[in-house]
Amino acid sequence: MEYIVIIIAAILSNNIVLAQFLGICPFLGVSKKISTAVGMTGAVTFVMTLATIVTYLVQKFVLDPFGLGFLQTISFILIIASLVQLVEIVLKKVSPSLYQALGVFLPLITTNCAILGVAILTIQNDYNLMEGVVYAIASAVGFGVALILFAGLREHLDLINVPKGMKGTPVALIVAGILAMAFMGFAGLV
Amino acid sequence: MNQMNNFTKGFIKENPVFVLLLGMCPTLGVTSSAINGLGMGLATTFVLVMANIVVSMVKNFIPDKVRIPSFIVIIATFVTIVELVMKGYLPALFDSLGLFIPLIVVNCVVLGRAEAFASKNNLLSSLIDGLGMGLGFAFALTLLGGVREFLGAGTIFNMTVYPEKYGMLLFILAPGAFIALGYLIAIINHFRKA
Repeated sequence: MEYIVIIIAAILSNNIVLAQFLGICPFLGVSKKISTAVGMTGAVTFVMTLATIVTYLVQKFVLDPFGLGFLQTISFILIIASLVQLVEIVLKKVSPSLYQALGVFLPLITTNCAILGVAILTIQNDYNLMEGVVYAIASAVGFGVALILFAGLREHLDLINVPKGMKGTPVALIVAGILAMAFMGFAGLV
Repeated sequence: MNQMNNFTKGFIKENPVFVLLLGMCPTLGVTSSAINGLGMGLATTFVLVMANIVVSMVKNFIPDKVRIPSFIVIIATFVTIVELVMKGYLPALFDSLGLFIPLIVVNCVVLGRAEAFASKNNLLSSLIDGLGMGLGFAFALTLLGGVREFLGAGTIFNMTVYPEKYGMLLFILAPGAFIALGYLIAIINHFRKA
């Protein structure tokens, strides 16, 4: 039961992009086409789940027993950066086709604050490992839902005649605001 | 004169938020009031200045291949310092900024300046660049926070301007962040091109 609550909260009512403002850079950066949005979502899901598992284990078995909690920020960002490198190397060897699809997005992910954010939130919310994994996957799906919806809206924005100063980012931000407003309708669901 | 330019470019011409569109997560996430925006802006300025100083000092010792991870470690060190100091001396601000303090590590403004400026320039220019960019970022966050607080709650820096019941609550909530920033960038674009 609590897994369902975590999933619904992470995807809809507490969406990581539209309610918690994590991962805004890729949200604005790679949302010009639906196909790139789908690729980015795949890469984020993969890395976010792995990163949450590894950071959780490091927190519980290294940082906590030795009282090194203050090293959390440094160690987590290093883990994520090296994990991204590792995933890139492994994917290149094992599955070139998947690497083709996700490759360009992987370096961008190191500085995606959603990954570090979810890793820290998993610790802060006191989830156990299984809940952490579910939370990470659901957050990634929530990121994907927001990104793909937004990319669909932005493809239409190109065809619309907007005032000169509003072109590009400003109008995209306002559309994102309206999308966030729509997601507020889910508040109270959980 | 050159250093003066170097300092002021961060405010309008190359403002990290309004023009370069970097560091969007804290920009949108913490600006529900002017004071939060200012606190976040100053915390980022400190990290930016210190990281720029250290990066420009060690740039000749770091092999090119591992420079990004090294920069990230340098930045993370200063973020940890900010985190601990703020937790100790400003617990209220620390609580309201919450998750976004450790996330300064992945703020693209900081890494971007370290990579694009400090790793190529001397100590003094890097320091001034960090200070200018940081204050530009703080200015943008304070402005956005002030606008949202004014429209949403009728206050600026907690001083009441008009009764709260006439405020549009939307601007304090998540959608208001996107909409207010969108209009601010539109206004700045309008004057920049004119």
